[in-house]
Amino acid sequence: MPADAPAMRLDSPTAESPAARFAITVIAIAFLGFFLILPLYAVFAEALRNGIAAYFESFEDPDTIAAIQLTLLVAVIAVPLNIVFGLAASWAIAKFEFKGKSFLITLIDLPFSVSPVVSGMCYVLLFGANGYLGPWLVKHDIQIIFAVPGLVLATIFVTFPFVARELIPLMQEQGTSEEEAALSLGAGGWRTFWSVTLPNVRWALLYGVLLCNARAMGEFGAVSVVSGHLRGLTNTIPLQVEILYNDYNFVAAFAAASVLAGLGLVTLAIKSGLEWRYGDQISAAHRH
Amino acid sequence: MTDATTAAAAGARRPTTAASQDRPSRMSSSFRTPSAIPGFGLTYGFVWFYLCLIILIPLAAVVLWAGSLGPARLFALATEPRTLAALRVSFGLSFAAAALNAVFGLIVAWALTRYSFPGKRLLDAAVDLPFALPTAVAGIALSAIYAPNGLIGSIAPFKIAFTPLGIFVALVFIGLPFVVRTVQPVLADLDRELEEASATLGARRPTTLLRVVLPTLIPALLTGFALAFARAVGEYGSVIFIAGNIPYVSEIAPLLIIMRLEEFDYGAATAIATIMLAISFLMLLAINLIEAWSRRRLGHAR
Repeated sequence: MPADAPAMRLDSPTAESPAARFAITVIAIAFLGFFLILPLYAVFAEALRNGIAAYFESFEDPDTIAAIQLTLLVAVIAVPLNIVFGLAASWAIAKFEFKGKSFLITLIDLPFSVSPVVSGMCYVLLFGANGYLGPWLVKHDIQIIFAVPGLVLATIFVTFPFVARELIPLMQEQGTSEEEAALSLGAGGWRTFWSVTLPNVRWALLYGVLLCNARAMGEFGAVSVVSGHLRGLTNTIPLQVEILYNDYNFVAAFAAASVLAGLGLVTLAIKSGLEWRYGDQISAAHRH
Repeated sequence: MTDATTAAAAGARRPTTAASQDRPSRMSSSFRTPSAIPGFGLTYGFVWFYLCLIILIPLAAVVLWAGSLGPARLFALATEPRTLAALRVSFGLSFAAAALNAVFGLIVAWALTRYSFPGKRLLDAAVDLPFALPTAVAGIALSAIYAPNGLIGSIAPFKIAFTPLGIFVALVFIGLPFVVRTVQPVLADLDRELEEASATLGARRPTTLLRVVLPTLIPALLTGFALAFARAVGEYGSVIFIAGNIPYVSEIAPLLIIMRLEEFDYGAATAIATIMLAISFLMLLAINLIEAWSRRRLGHAR
């Protein structure tokens, strides 16, 4: 019966029917468009609502300028510290065998499972006016909470695992033979690290630094707890966005937000580029 | 005889026979396996120092504070009606959002791994947007869209922003990548021959999907669900702008922590934080158990 033939083809046993394929694809695209693309579009649309001039005008606000400078300062301190930590942690964990290694890896990943608000709160309990070290700090006139050191500490906390978790699986995979070869040829420890280990992990390192930096500049919950929201003094860009938004200054809020959205997009683009070009040289276990 | 030959063979490989023979026994009891590579003491010491300074001592402060309150006071603070309501909002909506993400995340992961369509690569990259977009930015963007005068809010038949539904929307956004990114690699590694075998045995496609493909994806789905749930419970930035923050209705637990801290009521804040920490560690444990279980069952992780 020739009439049966197309029906048989439609009902392929190893693939979904074209109708099902179409439906699944449309649902997937609609879901992503609805929840991901639309908010991204909204940021730029709202920022440019009153035209390009109003957009740029909002960057003349001294508080916004101070917020951008503070964000850069915090990232410039927090990111390098976490890079040094990430390199040290991956060296110790990937190049040596010792007891309690998997426990140490779990501890390094710990900040990812703590709410950002709780991360900030830890430091308030330690350094806040009523905290454990509060009275001592007041006596010595040292301010950590509601000041830049608190912002830096909270940012380091939430970006802590990014570099380490990219490097550890990759360096474990690479093993120690190349380092042993370099050492046996007479290179010292530092020399081996700089000319053998570091070049081997450079793309994974860049990948981790990129994610660490994006989070450091965009962190909101943890820094919100320790900032005190002093205008022009302790507000990073995300906190400045909140203040402008709560002042009903929507164009300025979305303009400041568009800077962060732009940073996010650049991060995403480089990240995708790295995955596409150097996928084999970035840790196979990365999914974050 | 045989002992002598193996010892000779070992001696040929390693000249210090006696030393290398007694070394393994010492090795297994010692803390670290000997290695020619330098720098263990320096890096290992620094890692613990930095870990204690930044993470462990501050987290211990929370535990210590909770301990100094005593169990009775801690329980009283944690079961205050407003605190209970906030915890219910946070956990209930996080669960619902993670469940929705499990369903749609599976569909998205399926479309991205199995089908090809224009713009697929771009959409694949966009899945990570919630990781890359700062939460405050997502928060004001979502509230602009879903507010009564917003793009979607103006055409929706009911109020979304400034109600619990708004919180739900924000939590779906924030949890979206977790399910997709845990299911995707499993789906890509899936042996197509299993599906073909199922087909040759007479199963129709829906039966194969339901009884052959879905069971292998369950561990990844559960892991993704747990990750999305854990993230949503602690989420603050993307939620507070769209939530409306009405006590007992749309007030989330992290917001209540911040409010208690601003009142210098560290005890109440600690009580809420303790519950959240306990739950997130339980989730961490659950995720590890799921992964161990899936490794045992399927012979691979995730």
